[in-house]
Amino acid sequence: MNKKVLMKGNEAFSEAAIRGGCRYYFGYPITPQNEIPEYMSHQLPKVGGHFIQAESELAAVYMAYGAGAAGGRVFITSSSPGIALMQEGFSFLCSAEVPTVCLTVSRCGPGIGGIQPGQADYLQATRGGGNGDYKIPVFAPENLQEGVDLVYEAMELSDELRNPIFIFADGLLGQMMEPVLLPESREVICPSNIRTQKPWALTGYGADDSQRNRVLSLRMYPEELEQHVEKLFKKYDKAEKELVRYEAIGVEDADVVIAAFGSVARIAKEAIEILAAQNIKAGLIRPISLWPYPYEAFDMITDKTKVVISAEMSMGQMMQDVKLGVRDRFPVRLINRTGGMIPTSIEIAERTKKILEETGGQ
Amino acid sequence: MKQPVFELTKGMLPVETIYCPGCTHGISHRLIMEVLDEMGLLGSTIGCGSIGCSVLAHRQMNIDMLESPHGRAPAVASGIKRVHPDKLVFTYQGDGDLASIGIAEIIHAAARGEKITAFFVNNAIYGMTGGQMAPTTLIGQKATTCVTGRTVEQAGAPMRISELLSSLDGAVYIERVALNSPANVNKAKKAVRRAFEVQEQGLGFSMVEFISTCPTHWGVSPVQALDHLKEKMLPYYPLGVYKSPEGGEQ
Amino acid sequence: MAINKMFFAGSGGQGILMMGQIACSAALIENKESTFFPSYGPEMRGGTANCTVIISDKTISSPVIFESDCVVAMTAPSMVKFEPTLKPGGILFLNTSLIHQAPKRSDITIYEVPASEIANEMGNSRIANVIMLGAFARNTDIVTPESVEKVIHDAFIAKGEKIVDLNLKALNYWKG
Repeated sequence: MNKKVLMKGNEAFSEAAIRGGCRYYFGYPITPQNEIPEYMSHQLPKVGGHFIQAESELAAVYMAYGAGAAGGRVFITSSSPGIALMQEGFSFLCSAEVPTVCLTVSRCGPGIGGIQPGQADYLQATRGGGNGDYKIPVFAPENLQEGVDLVYEAMELSDELRNPIFIFADGLLGQMMEPVLLPESREVICPSNIRTQKPWALTGYGADDSQRNRVLSLRMYPEELEQHVEKLFKKYDKAEKELVRYEAIGVEDADVVIAAFGSVARIAKEAIEILAAQNIKAGLIRPISLWPYPYEAFDMITDKTKVVISAEMSMGQMMQDVKLGVRDRFPVRLINRTGGMIPTSIEIAERTKKILEETGGQ
Repeated sequence: MKQPVFELTKGMLPVETIYCPGCTHGISHRLIMEVLDEMGLLGSTIGCGSIGCSVLAHRQMNIDMLESPHGRAPAVASGIKRVHPDKLVFTYQGDGDLASIGIAEIIHAAARGEKITAFFVNNAIYGMTGGQMAPTTLIGQKATTCVTGRTVEQAGAPMRISELLSSLDGAVYIERVALNSPANVNKAKKAVRRAFEVQEQGLGFSMVEFISTCPTHWGVSPVQALDHLKEKMLPYYPLGVYKSPEGGEQ
Repeated sequence: MAINKMFFAGSGGQGILMMGQIACSAALIENKESTFFPSYGPEMRGGTANCTVIISDKTISSPVIFESDCVVAMTAPSMVKFEPTLKPGGILFLNTSLIHQAPKRSDITIYEVPASEIANEMGNSRIANVIMLGAFARNTDIVTPESVEKVIHDAFIAKGEKIVDLNLKALNYWKG
């Protein structure tokens, strides 16, 4: 008996959040993630959870701030321009150390741009647009199973880190269907027991006001704020060491190494097969964590390799990180589509071949 | 045995405030905390501060509390209330915060009938940023972004928030009170209690608007500020119950 | 080792996306891998609908295809759009009730199914997609007609035996 179920990406991610313990979801409609608020609106009440259709993405991220500060397990989602509106909130969530899992089903920009899949929010996700010194771990699945597993895991990780966790999917993953194996439902903390698990949470202190909690973002004195930021960065430094994730295929003896994440990575895998049939060895580095970026993966590349390619659905936003990983050891080139055009495997294969010829490979 | 005529409330912690002489924040802080203490609910309340002079209210208010970003307190409170429906949740917001940058959040929290209470401090000016024009700044009133006085042509007429929110079905109790005299302060305290009771009973959204002073940015003495409140503010912002569960509207 | 890449295409309201989803569900019963990617957004509002389906014995990398093994076209514009994607030897299913022009290719296998007319004869214009799905299942080696039957049974049983029977009858109607 195949235990897998055929699900649409957006619905699979939603179900993974619920099974991961999410009981609070706040969202605003935006394509291509609309199935998520729809799913949460009818599924969360069935497990005693709460859904609010927020008046804007700005309100949604602050409902998350409130529910997260109160000790609830929160999931918010949006797509590119909506994530732009949430940026202020991410800075606050980090500053006040409030856990929240946020998923983007990214589309194209700039501006309203288009609703087709895009990856031009790489910098938005990894560098952020909120103010101040903060970091958010970002994970990018290449298929629905990985997306389900990452959302499920992020629910715990966010509580452990007391920091938002960001999942970067795109319109292709959100809209497509494929069979997934859903994880077991986690036990959820009863609201009256939140303090035992999250002693910092706002629950009302009960009889003893020495247990008074405050969730704060403002630090009036520079010394105090500097200390706070340094404390946050100790946490980020640890995350930077522990959360690096990537997949590397055939990198050591490759003529050319392609770096790609998310849905482009799975297209690149097919391109690599096409190239192999033509006796060209192409390796793949697929960052799963976009922050922290797996720079060390690029150290595996040997002198046999002629060129490293960043394949993206953007104008080369990830290429900056690829170059940091390559450290000038090899030339770095870009294969990209943008505006909602999804590269095909044959296109990536042919452009890779051409770049290899230009850089003296074949 | 002599009965004490005045006692500190357990609701206010014995720490200094950063408020200017003659500022009425201290009164509204105390009223809210005193009522919570009397209701025995200090340990069952979560407060949402906001940005403005009252950003450090969490230092004085003896309850679980957080700081909300500018204007977002009603959204934050909505999130908290979902997790703890059995606790009292309130926001404490100034006029720039609630009526300008946070107007969407307050309207939608009221429209959803969120079982939260908003305390709206209306002193017709931005305090912490240095005396700029607020949505509630009166016509002719001077501010640093309307140095010759607010005009309708340039900035429109001041917003009457209690009246505005009263038109929403989800808002069940709305009262405007003033903090300029002992009689009005007593009425204000009753309004605070009523607002919390409405929330406790799960009837819907409640708000108390405190007509308040800002001697510093009004450029007057504390005593003159009280007169100014009475003579200039109250004619434009009439006091009274704008909405109540009993349906008695003024 | 077989990997089959296909397009289901037509206009909104014809149940195009459902055809693709049923094919994927049938593949799941057979323990095969599958991906389904629908067209979405404003182009759907314009009345066209299509989806990309891949069914394979092994892990599927790209869910986006540039050439196809099979195209199911329920309207003339969808035939025009997707016929060129067929590989030589590919299979084209045409809803000849709505497609009156001949395909251009001569290096492919063509099944002409008057699906909309059959549906009307059966008294329900909305089941043209199921009639076509039957033709698709019986004339390709992608998923078995039995798996498709099971998916349809499970999908419609909540709506009652009568609906199940109607759909199963539609599925088995066209024998070419």
